[in-house]
Amino acid sequence: MSDHITLQIARYRPEQESEPTFNEYEVPYTKESAVLDGLNYVKDRLDGTLVYRWSCRMGICGSCGMSVNGEPKLTCATFLADYAPGPVRVEPLRNFPIIRDLIVDIGDFMRKLVRVKPWIVREVDKPLSEGEYRQTPEQLDEYKQFSMCINCMLCYSACPIYGLDPKFIGPAAIALAQRYNLDNRDEGAGDRMEVLSEYDGIWGCTFVGECTKVCPKHVDPAGAIQRYKLTAALESMKSFFAPRGA
Amino acid sequence: MEQTHTGSYTPYHPRWLRRRLSTYWWLEKPAYLWFMLREGSCMFVAWFTLYLLWLLDAVLEGPLAYELFLAWSGTPWVVALNVVTLGFVVFHAVTFFQAAPQAMVVRLGRRRVPPGAVLAGHYVAWAAASVVLWVLLRGA
Repeated sequence: MSDHITLQIARYRPEQESEPTFNEYEVPYTKESAVLDGLNYVKDRLDGTLVYRWSCRMGICGSCGMSVNGEPKLTCATFLADYAPGPVRVEPLRNFPIIRDLIVDIGDFMRKLVRVKPWIVREVDKPLSEGEYRQTPEQLDEYKQFSMCINCMLCYSACPIYGLDPKFIGPAAIALAQRYNLDNRDEGAGDRMEVLSEYDGIWGCTFVGECTKVCPKHVDPAGAIQRYKLTAALESMKSFFAPRGA
Repeated sequence: MEQTHTGSYTPYHPRWLRRRLSTYWWLEKPAYLWFMLREGSCMFVAWFTLYLLWLLDAVLEGPLAYELFLAWSGTPWVVALNVVTLGFVVFHAVTFFQAAPQAMVVRLGRRRVPPGAVLAGHYVAWAAASVVLWVLLRGA
C-alpha cells in the first residue's frame, strides 16, 4: 500500500476560462516518485485533458520545468515525498505567457538564444584534412560548467528582472554566450559582444542571484553575467583609449 | 483534428495568458527581499559619504565649525541614523564580499584560486585596512 498526496494543479483552458483555476488530484507515491510521475498518473488515470511538457524524465531534456510550491523546478527531479504530507501546488513557470494548463510559450527564449550565436564561430574554418580542433583539459574546464545548460528556463522563471522587463536577454542566453566565448576554438566573441553589451543585455542584470540558486545543472548564470560585465567594461575602456585604426 | 498553421498564428494565440509581475514581487520570497535590502543599502553608503565630506568641511573651516559639527552629530536623530547606517553599510560590505567570488576569477599560474579563498582574501584585506587605520588614528 503506498501513501497518497494531493496535487493542486493549475488549469488554464483558454477556450473556457480567462484566468487559471486549480484542480485537486489525489495521487499515490513512493519515495522514488517525482512530481512528474504524479502528473503522469493524473494524465493516465484521472484526467486525460491535463497538458504539460515532458520528455526524458532524467534531467537532460529540460522540458518539464514548472513551479512547484512557487519554486521553479524540474518536475522529474523533484520528489513528492519531500512535500509530504502535501498538498503540492504545480503551476506553469512564472514570467512566461501561458498557452494551456502547465505549458508556457518558450518562443521568446528561443529567439534570444539564437541571437547570442551559441555555436562555435570561426573566421576561417580549418580544412578537414588538418584534423580536429584540439583542446587541453584546462581549456575544457574554462567553459565546461556553462556547457551543462539544458535550456530548461528555470532561471528565467526565477529572475525578477526578466519578469519586469521581458526584453532582458536573460540568464541562460548569457551563460551560453559565455560557454562559447570561453572556448579557445571560438572566434565569435566580438559578434556576441554587440548583443550582450546592449541595453537589454548584461547591464539589465542587477545580480539578484536567484538564477544560479534554481539552476538544476549548477551552471551559475549569475556568475557568468558578472564575469562578462567585467570583460565588456574592459573592452569598452580599450576601445576608448585605443580606438580601432588609431 | 487537423490544424493549419499560417505564419505564427495558432488557434489560441490571442488568448495566451500574460501576467504582469506584482509591484510587491520583492515581498514574495525572502531572497528577493534580501536583494532589495542589499540594493537599498547603497543609500546608506551615500549618506556615510556625505557625512564624511561634511566632517572634512567642518575640520577645514576651523575649531568652531568642528565643535558645531560635533554637537550636531550628537543629536539623537543623527546618532540613530548613523547606527542604522552602520548596520546597512556592514550588510552592504558582507553581501558584496559574498558576491565577489562569483564575479571574479582569480588565477595563480594555471590554477584557479578556489572561491572560498577569494572570499577570505576580501576579509583579510578588510581587517588589514582596519588595523592600518586604527594605528594611524591612534597615533594622531
